[in-house]
Amino acid sequence: MIQVVSTPQWRAREYRREQLFQLLGALIVLFALTTLVVLLTKILLDGFARLNPEFFTSFPSRRASQAGILPALVGSAYLLLLTAAIAIPIGVGAAIYLEEFARRNWFMRLVEINITNLAGVPSVIYGLLGLQVFVRTLMMERSLLAGAWTMALLALPVIITAAREGLRTVPKSLRDGSLALGATQWQTVRYTVLPVAMPSVLTGVILSLSRVVGETAPLLVIGAVVYIGTLPSSVFSSFTVLPVQIYNWTTRPQHAFQENAAAGIIVLLALLLTMNAVAIYLRNRYQKRLPI
Amino acid sequence: MPNNAPATEVGVSYTRAVVQVGVSSRNRRRVRMEEKAVRAFLFLCALLGVLTTFAIVFILFSESLSFFEAVSPGHFLTGTVWTPTFKDPSFGVLPLVMGTLLTSLIALLLAGPVGLLTAIYLSEYASPRVRRVVKPTLEVLAGIPTVVYGYFALTFLTPLLQKFIPGLEGFNALSAGLVMGIMILPTIASLSEDALYAVPNSLRYASLALGATRFQTVWGVVVPAAMSGVSASFLLGISRAVGETMIVAIAAGSQPNFTFNPLVAVQTMTAYIVQITMGDTPYGSIGYQTIFAVGLLLFLITLALNLTSEAIRQRYKGARV
Repeated sequence: MIQVVSTPQWRAREYRREQLFQLLGALIVLFALTTLVVLLTKILLDGFARLNPEFFTSFPSRRASQAGILPALVGSAYLLLLTAAIAIPIGVGAAIYLEEFARRNWFMRLVEINITNLAGVPSVIYGLLGLQVFVRTLMMERSLLAGAWTMALLALPVIITAAREGLRTVPKSLRDGSLALGATQWQTVRYTVLPVAMPSVLTGVILSLSRVVGETAPLLVIGAVVYIGTLPSSVFSSFTVLPVQIYNWTTRPQHAFQENAAAGIIVLLALLLTMNAVAIYLRNRYQKRLPI
Repeated sequence: MPNNAPATEVGVSYTRAVVQVGVSSRNRRRVRMEEKAVRAFLFLCALLGVLTTFAIVFILFSESLSFFEAVSPGHFLTGTVWTPTFKDPSFGVLPLVMGTLLTSLIALLLAGPVGLLTAIYLSEYASPRVRRVVKPTLEVLAGIPTVVYGYFALTFLTPLLQKFIPGLEGFNALSAGLVMGIMILPTIASLSEDALYAVPNSLRYASLALGATRFQTVWGVVVPAAMSGVSASFLLGISRAVGETMIVAIAAGSQPNFTFNPLVAVQTMTAYIVQITMGDTPYGSIGYQTIFAVGLLLFLITLALNLTSEAIRQRYKGARV
């Protein structure tokens, strides 16, 4: 590979090769940037015209120009809140156990390997799990609750990992100080570790939950419906969410529905952007106040 | 802190001496009870992950079992005709496997080279300013919901490609695969970059000191040294592509074709599952059971890919010079 004898011709060739490769690298890096710009431009051009107030306050309709995303938007919001209510306590709880309580033995290694692997399971498989366990066996039917539990299981591996990273930012000296004052393990966690770790834990958790908002496949599998005439009134109501509505509109042959899909995508991306902004805001705001 | 016994002991004696003077024994018992209850609850939370895995494996196997009572596994795994909802059904899964393989391969052909070159450029060449632009771009690409990518493939890439490739169908494996490549690009680029970054500088300096050019150092020394991490990232990328649902469900079509032609419509395993669950296939019928058999196959394939990727990473973790 490495040539020892160096001639002027060889040096010139190597120099050209070096230049070419740098150029290629720069072009390749531009590829990602260009793709993103093209994607966003295409969606804005397609959907911007449909973003009028009625679009936000109407139900889906056979006529593309009268269809709106109200039930999808409300459904997404309910599903997100319900999923958060289930997944945050369990996910943060599991993270606390693994970081603060668990001993390093074979069983805990098994739990950790298991969480890593669960994060790699395709989301559509979680849909099958939700269909069989929540929709059928526990007879929740195709309800918000079944959807939220399915999404909670899907989000848990990511939430646990994020929360553990947050807990690891707390210095050991704080724990030692609390324990030395006679606090129990749980009191230490409750009154010392969690308050300090909360901002970074919350940031990680919000980022993990923003994935739930964009997830489509598991909800299609457990049967989120598309045509819905009323807003969900309880956790047992049937529901639809933004990505499912977008999917439905995208797969219609009529061009007018695809404009609706693009408008829906703009709303969805705006929602995701907001959640990410909130996460970053929380991180910046509380990082400064950290007492140590 | 379990491995911090001395500090705890000091805490206990301090407690007895000073703090707990005014604490009743009933209060102490309450604290101890609470401690136990909380510990048990937190343990259950951690256990839920294991339960989820068991539940996934259990439902996939149990439903597949009743499917395989009616259809022999041999026919399922080697048959080339997939018509489960026809009057005279045939349950050969290979067309779905082929569709998955085809779209994932196209994705890898795009994301593999582009991802590796992006990683090399970021880790070996790029200025901090370029990194500050490119890294967030990749993160944004990674955060875009796949249904959005599906829309992009169907309404932008397919019409665009049709201008250059006359025989391209409205639903095809090519544009679904290419967009899937964009989806897995951040995974491959960032994991490969981590691997390249972990190569110690002493190797680079040694190569440069011997008179090698930067290009020769990168391809002759750095990339080979990071090869395990790079291949692990490729495997993880394929695994993502195999399990991806929405892009292929929207843009690749819903015809189970036993073909390796990227210009026609195909159906992947994931797209099939979605198609059946959205239809009116009755619960408990053989058509319903097929989605669990297909799901089991999908689960096993992605699990194998993930475990191999993880094993490669673990094995070579400490092996670098």
